[in-house]
Amino acid sequence: MGEKPNQANSVSPSATSAAPAGSKSSDLLSRHFSIRSLKLKTKEQELLLRVTVLCLVYVLAFITRLFSVLRYESMIHEFDPYFNYRTTLFLTEKGFYEFWNWFDSESWYPLGRIIGGTLYPGLMVTAALIYWTLKVLRFAVHIREVCVLTAPFFASNTTLVAYFFGKEIWDSGAGLVAAALIAICPGYISRSVAGSYDNEGVAIFALIFTFYLFVKAVNTGSLAWSLASAFGYFYMVSAWGGYVFIINLIPLYVLVLLITGRYSMRLYVAYNSMYILGMLLAMQIRFVGFQHVQSGEHMAAMGVFFLLQVFYFLDWVKHQLNDTKLFQAFLRITVTSAVVVGALALGVGTASGYISPWTGRFYSLLDPTYAKDHIPIIASVSEHQPTAWSSFMFDFQILLFLFPAGLYFCFKRLSDATIFIVMYGLTSMYFAGVMVRLILVATPAVCLISAIAVSATIKNLTQVLRAKPKIVHSCSSKGGSSAKTSSKGLLDQSQPIGKNGAIALLFGAFYLLSKYATHCTWVTSEAYSSPSIVLAARGAHGNRVIFDDYREAYFWLRQNTPPDAKVMSWWDYGYQITAMGNRTVIVDNNTWNNTHIATVGRAMSSYEDEAYEIMRSLDVSYVLVVFGGVTGYSSDDINKFLWMVRIGGGVFPVIKEPDYLVNGNYRVDKGAAPKMLNCLMYKLSYYRFGELTTEYGKPPGYDRARGVEIGNKDIKLEFLEEAFTTSNWIVRIYKVKPPKNRW
Amino acid sequence: MARSTGDDAITLFHSLRSAYTATPKNLKIIDLYVAFAVSTALIQVAYMAMVGSFPFNSFLSGVLSSVGTAVLAVCLRIQVNKENKEFKDLTPERAYADFILCNLVLHLVIMNFLG
Repeated sequence: MGEKPNQANSVSPSATSAAPAGSKSSDLLSRHFSIRSLKLKTKEQELLLRVTVLCLVYVLAFITRLFSVLRYESMIHEFDPYFNYRTTLFLTEKGFYEFWNWFDSESWYPLGRIIGGTLYPGLMVTAALIYWTLKVLRFAVHIREVCVLTAPFFASNTTLVAYFFGKEIWDSGAGLVAAALIAICPGYISRSVAGSYDNEGVAIFALIFTFYLFVKAVNTGSLAWSLASAFGYFYMVSAWGGYVFIINLIPLYVLVLLITGRYSMRLYVAYNSMYILGMLLAMQIRFVGFQHVQSGEHMAAMGVFFLLQVFYFLDWVKHQLNDTKLFQAFLRITVTSAVVVGALALGVGTASGYISPWTGRFYSLLDPTYAKDHIPIIASVSEHQPTAWSSFMFDFQILLFLFPAGLYFCFKRLSDATIFIVMYGLTSMYFAGVMVRLILVATPAVCLISAIAVSATIKNLTQVLRAKPKIVHSCSSKGGSSAKTSSKGLLDQSQPIGKNGAIALLFGAFYLLSKYATHCTWVTSEAYSSPSIVLAARGAHGNRVIFDDYREAYFWLRQNTPPDAKVMSWWDYGYQITAMGNRTVIVDNNTWNNTHIATVGRAMSSYEDEAYEIMRSLDVSYVLVVFGGVTGYSSDDINKFLWMVRIGGGVFPVIKEPDYLVNGNYRVDKGAAPKMLNCLMYKLSYYRFGELTTEYGKPPGYDRARGVEIGNKDIKLEFLEEAFTTSNWIVRIYKVKPPKNRW
Repeated sequence: MARSTGDDAITLFHSLRSAYTATPKNLKIIDLYVAFAVSTALIQVAYMAMVGSFPFNSFLSGVLSSVGTAVLAVCLRIQVNKENKEFKDLTPERAYADFILCNLVLHLVIMNFLG
């Protein structure tokens, strides 16, 4: 795709001699419109082509992520990005020192949260730097616009890095295809649309940047590139908790190289300097702290570090001795002692508890059934479920079968770089199969490997097309002999295909790639561009109906409640309430304290009087629930209720899940369990709902999300009163009444 | 068996020693620096074993400073050694400049981490 055959060189000298003659001519028209004056040398033509393609891909990656900005408005989506937005706002208003040492008393009342020490600052600092740069250049944008567009901007940068990475692994043609594939791949778009201001938007750029720099360091053996990869690793650590993938993949890769006999001095230089500098830089982030020397997840890197020292030492001794028998003896002594010492150290460390075992989040990747039995909070997140085949097809389409093809090509031309990309691809595909969210991590690997397949195939096919004339001209060009034998070999090899077959196959490849582009754009438009905080639906006449209930409720909270009011809701909405409602919440999406969340879950699942005790103890003034019965919105609190019961029951055995089920079924109609019909969540969701007719032909109190008529229509609240219900009944806010007077 | 291993060890030691004296002077200087850095790290670990590891960040930064500069010196030795075919088109000046740059970054981070 990138290289033109040598024979074109013979045409160009005449053209370049014509160019100055053409430019010297006085006629303006002929100078502009003469084709001869535009003729460049082959290298320049190729460079122009490459730069044009890269510019187009850069712009494409940015604009394909703008669907929701065009359809709705420039706003932050989902839940987690609101926390990131709030912290970025704080950073730009108060400065870095305040941000780094921030203790927030507005969330997790009454515990508070040490935000400065429990977040990954990379994203916020990046957005703040972009904002300050624009301010210096006198562009007066609001920080929210910068936040919304950070992810598409970094997606464009990722395509550039993918180009250089592809060039490093295979050649510049593969790099161009990789850049084009990753620009529109839905697996990446899902977490980096405009408005999705989340860690992954920046982290995937940092991930592939670090990998590129490391592979470059291994290929060149230069300390400068290793230093750059250490900085890339530092940026990744500051951006996302998924940096654990890097710190485990790179040692695994070094181990594989050692086992396959590819130990070299370049590998030693690259890994050691990257490990030491990267580890030191990573420990500067407060959230990571000393994990690099204390946590079980980081021990592989340290083990490989010591192993490399042993390898180097053995290599040096072997070089000095020049005597195999003596060396064997030495080898015996050293290896046994090294293994014994290493095993002893690891054993003592793990047994004494100094080296902490793998944390639940990452352990559930190795043992997917662990979270369901032991940690319900991790199991309840929808993004942590195992991936279905349909998700793979949805997110990758043709890349799914180009991936094994690319693996084949990589194995044909094994080098340090292709071994790396194969390992990255295989490990990331395994993890993508365990957890839906990790399809994102697999996407760059899949795109790169597929790009190799596409580029190599198209290159072979076009060489078949050019084969015949190449034999005639190759006698005159400089690289003649090698070109002749290779093209002759190709011609013999490709006899079965022939020129017509090659043209047909090329059309087929073009068709597949255009289908991929169509699919990706369709997926982006339909599935991944919804802001989640604003819902849209089709009305009865086909017109678009917008439900802006969430923001309506949060702004009601902001304007109609006292500034020190505490709001209790399920943890999903915590970040949004603090960011938009500006009120203190009890629990939020950080989910760092399971007992606190279980307390809220217990309050929601108890009868009203027990719940009132719990709410008084937490100083709660307002309770917020999300209800989808009127609109048919299915992600409401009644559908999440069983998770509240499970999490609450995990800490307080008084809450038992079977109490809320009837024969194992979860029902809200007349046949529901009595505890279900009278618990706080039921009452708050369905208060006054029994009087409402939601659908033509159905009785009043028909719940459109569950598709049944509710069981308890005559609800009376004793300790709470209704404060606000949004226009489509999606968010309902209740005020907790102060205790009655003594007499 | 033990006797032959002992004999092996002695002959090993002597042949290593004779081979080492043949290495060029600039490499021996780098080796001396590495030995100094590693011994500094060992002294710090011994001190930590006696006194306790609080504050841990200071201990880590001290040890990693010694180990880090030792590792970088070994990398420099690899790149400067004329016997390594892979690095024959890397000038010693460039290798030394990389070494200085990496050490600068290392010590700046150490100073931030020292507390």
